[in-house]
Amino acid sequence: MSATVETLEAIERPPVTMGSRLEGELLEVSMGPQHPSTHGVFRMNVALEGEIVRKLKPVFGYLHRNHEKIGENTSYLGSMPYTDRLDYFCSMTNNWAYALSVEKLAGIEVPERAQYLRIILAELTRLQNHASLLGFLLNDMGAWGTPLMYAFREREKILDLFESLSGSRMMCDYMRFGGCRVDADDAWLARARQIVDRFPKFLDEFEELILGNEIVIGRTQNVGKLSADLAISAGITGPMLRACGVNYDVRKVDGYGFYPRFKFRIPLGEHGDTYDRLMMRALEMRESVEILKQALAQIQPGPIVNPKVKIRAFRPPVGEAYGRIEAPKGELGFYLISDGGPNPYRYRVRPPSFINLTVLEDLCLGHTVADVMVILGSVDIVMGEVDR
Amino acid sequence: MIGTGILKGMAVTARNFVGSYFDEERLITVQYPEERNPLPENYRNFPFLLYDGDDPHAGLRCVACKICEKECPPQCIYIVKSDDKKPDYMGKPQFYPKVFDIDISVCMSCQICVEVCPFEAIKMDKDFELSKRERFNHLLQRKEELSKPNEYYHSICPTEAADVDAKLAAAAEAAAKKKAAAAPAPATPPAPSGSSSASSSS
Repeated sequence: MSATVETLEAIERPPVTMGSRLEGELLEVSMGPQHPSTHGVFRMNVALEGEIVRKLKPVFGYLHRNHEKIGENTSYLGSMPYTDRLDYFCSMTNNWAYALSVEKLAGIEVPERAQYLRIILAELTRLQNHASLLGFLLNDMGAWGTPLMYAFREREKILDLFESLSGSRMMCDYMRFGGCRVDADDAWLARARQIVDRFPKFLDEFEELILGNEIVIGRTQNVGKLSADLAISAGITGPMLRACGVNYDVRKVDGYGFYPRFKFRIPLGEHGDTYDRLMMRALEMRESVEILKQALAQIQPGPIVNPKVKIRAFRPPVGEAYGRIEAPKGELGFYLISDGGPNPYRYRVRPPSFINLTVLEDLCLGHTVADVMVILGSVDIVMGEVDR
Repeated sequence: MIGTGILKGMAVTARNFVGSYFDEERLITVQYPEERNPLPENYRNFPFLLYDGDDPHAGLRCVACKICEKECPPQCIYIVKSDDKKPDYMGKPQFYPKVFDIDISVCMSCQICVEVCPFEAIKMDKDFELSKRERFNHLLQRKEELSKPNEYYHSICPTEAADVDAKLAAAAEAAAKKKAAAAPAPATPPAPSGSSSASSSS
């Protein structure tokens, strides 16, 4: 915190005296950590000139839980429920990323049905994450409640699916090394098909509600522009990178899981502004629906877990592995080093929203305080993942 | 024309408002304490210990092997092994837990204890209305509170409980056959009293 104060002190400005006018002077404002639109305990030290942001320093760490060190001190399986708590909106994709890196480390094959179930659950996660993100973004813009309520209504249907499969709405703890924990029965698949078939109807309605709205357009277009060069050099991934027009999606680049079997397109933006980022989510949901339709049509009965994987005393061979997936927020990776013991020697998370947040200052400079909230909302952060 | 987007949005809101009275898809609110959605069979909350028959002590399946204590990620289970032994469901003398505590303020309902248990002794509960008036003692669940009969397990997860009973009955039968084949002298093979009574109750 003291470092932040020093950097702000370093800006040249005339001394403030009592009764002097604030014109042309900087005002330091600490936004957060308890602020309704910071999406958790996130703090920004903002230097304002009038209403214009001249400097912005994010302050992280209020939700630090020692995730990586805990991962190094529990067994490989024991870290799985902790990964649910990273990005608590998308526990299924977190599980998958972790399971993928352990499978890479130990060379475990995953049965076909489990791969399909994983893709179905990951795309359902993407649907509910993007829907609730759009709702929250509108909430930050001042559309209190209504869009968020509609988004949560759809999200709740997907969470009911997760609950009836894994036992918990958000802390699913569903994937296991070499497969999945519970098999989905026909009733579950039928319900999933029903929800997926009806989802485009909700999307049409939602897009009509927000994306054509003149106030939304006025608040988001040309706000928080990110250039493709900066995005690439800062390591931005996910919809935020694709909104700048960079065609990079781990689903296509790595082709992990069974993604190469599916036909889907990667939506790309042009301007890299907040409206493009918003639009990117809406378009990605349409593509996710396409993937889900194909996966739900193709899924065949079969085993869901590799029987060779021991549940007790699981010890992968010595080595290291980095497994990454395209989580709804960007590239989520787990880097593991094994020394042959029951715990990983090193356990490192590459969280997408933390790295996407590093360009926040570049996005916000020159905009008003009210725009900071919109830009922050469009970055799509979850503090559980940022602070870990 | 400027303003049409807003008007379209308002039409959506109006459709939702009217629909919230008639449309099944938009009618989602449940008046919680009076109305309840049925819990899915896979729903899980905190773990509990299973016992067969009527006596929570004699029928307790746990043999205090301490695997769950070791594997529990947040380390919320505390077990003290007994000094003496008692017969388990197959009649074999086994240790039992003198102390078995679960701190439900630490437990994160991850189900790993259930998965690693080789004796089908610990299962996930569905009780979620667990508000307590004290922070410490009331949240530490003792063996007596955790022990629940097999009938209760059947009432919350019928399919899964039937599978578990079938598995245990098969294991007991195989063990009895093996014993009878190895030593035909004892005329009465140990009766799997607990599991057989439980499976009949299902």
